[in-house]
Amino acid sequence: MYQVVVPGDFLSEETKRAGEGTYVEEGKVYASQYGIVSERGEIKVVSLSGKYMPSNGDVVIGKITAISFPFWIVNLASPYEARLHVSALSGIAREKIEFGNMSEYLDVDDLVVVKVMDVNVLMKIELALQEDFELRRGGRLIEIPHTKVPRVIGRSGSMIKMLKEKCNCFIFIAKNGRIWIRGKEEDMDLASTVILKIARESHTSGLTDRVAEFLDSFRKEKERELRG
Amino acid sequence: MKEEIELIKDGKRLDGRGFDELRPIKIEVGVLKRADGSCYFELGDNKVIAAVYGPREMHPRHAQDAKMAVVKFRYNMAPFSTNDRKRPGPDRRSVEISKVCREAFNPVIMRELYPKMGIEVYVELLQSDAGTRTAGINAASIALADAGIPMKDLVSSIAVGKINGEVVLDLNAAEDNNGEADMPIAMIARTNTITALQMDGRMTQEEFGRGMKLARGACHQIYELQRAALVTRYNQNYEGKNKREEE
Repeated sequence: MYQVVVPGDFLSEETKRAGEGTYVEEGKVYASQYGIVSERGEIKVVSLSGKYMPSNGDVVIGKITAISFPFWIVNLASPYEARLHVSALSGIAREKIEFGNMSEYLDVDDLVVVKVMDVNVLMKIELALQEDFELRRGGRLIEIPHTKVPRVIGRSGSMIKMLKEKCNCFIFIAKNGRIWIRGKEEDMDLASTVILKIARESHTSGLTDRVAEFLDSFRKEKERELRG
Repeated sequence: MKEEIELIKDGKRLDGRGFDELRPIKIEVGVLKRADGSCYFELGDNKVIAAVYGPREMHPRHAQDAKMAVVKFRYNMAPFSTNDRKRPGPDRRSVEISKVCREAFNPVIMRELYPKMGIEVYVELLQSDAGTRTAGINAASIALADAGIPMKDLVSSIAVGKINGEVVLDLNAAEDNNGEADMPIAMIARTNTITALQMDGRMTQEEFGRGMKLARGACHQIYELQRAALVTRYNQNYEGKNKREEE
């Protein structure tokens, strides 16, 4: 059974193991967030809610909100906006990207898969383009709270593996809670229904089994429909 | 000269409570879907809803702080929350209470984690019966936790006062209007740190001390209820045991 804590709860005396969602005061570790304790290695409090905060190395899906030479301003579903420099595209571009033609490569409302390269003290966020993901390749985007992302992935990827197999879809889960699905229309419908279900029931136990059951019963019903 | 109204009969208060007894408390977490965090809180006949938004971009821009988040706190009474219709909108009283409540959270909210952002707390009084600011602080504290805002601790709050020469806990409207003193207190229960203290009326030093002691005990009780409300939301098997007690 997992343990729910609230801000100010005493967690441990091992200050060296204090991780995310905790703070140290007078040689003791306390929770700074409302969430679930995880004691594998670091003592962490996994938050149940709250906004996504970018940190170095995160791979996220961003949406271009403005163009301001030489940057694209990118929304990451976080309170802070991020910037993508034109040089990030210089490898792909045929010609020099200039003030006038930025929108030919990426326009407002386009979605990009980016990696957070640097977050400074003033929360200026620099991004780099993930080149292994081509842009504008179609598919669907769904959004869940970023706190539910680990649940959709499952322990060592068990949940996501099952989803990919049973839904026949390409599924990419970004750290900020945006999920990119690509596949046949009906497969995408199923995948998004299931992912939203997982996000809704994320705090219950035995979820992987229940999702498997749900997927199987769905398949059976489909087959019956085809036969009947 | 005001005539003294009898507020204590046979060692009991008008509503049947003892001197150190709280009014019944009811808490519900996450009642608003659109807010990042929310809480409904009842303290006797006080009914309060608190909603928290953020951290999000701070407006107006000039009020941003480059080093930390700015907390905005709005205490507002509904027109139907009192016997005589309350004229809607901020007035001198609610502006002051908003400020006091905001500052009650200064020692706990880790504002330095969110430079330039704003954290907005809205406390709406649906029904009032004295001690609304304490109910508002209790509700806001839970709503902030529910919104996932990093905090050092929860804040709990209660009022003590003096009626018919006796120091009592948690005044209701009749006692507040006809009593000799009213003293709302907000504190961090774990460390007994006082984060807000106001007083209206007069008490002797000794009475003040007794009042503080009552308030401290009550804040510990309220803290346990706040904690239980948050924990039971995700853990139905919660038995009200605080890990702190094992320290």
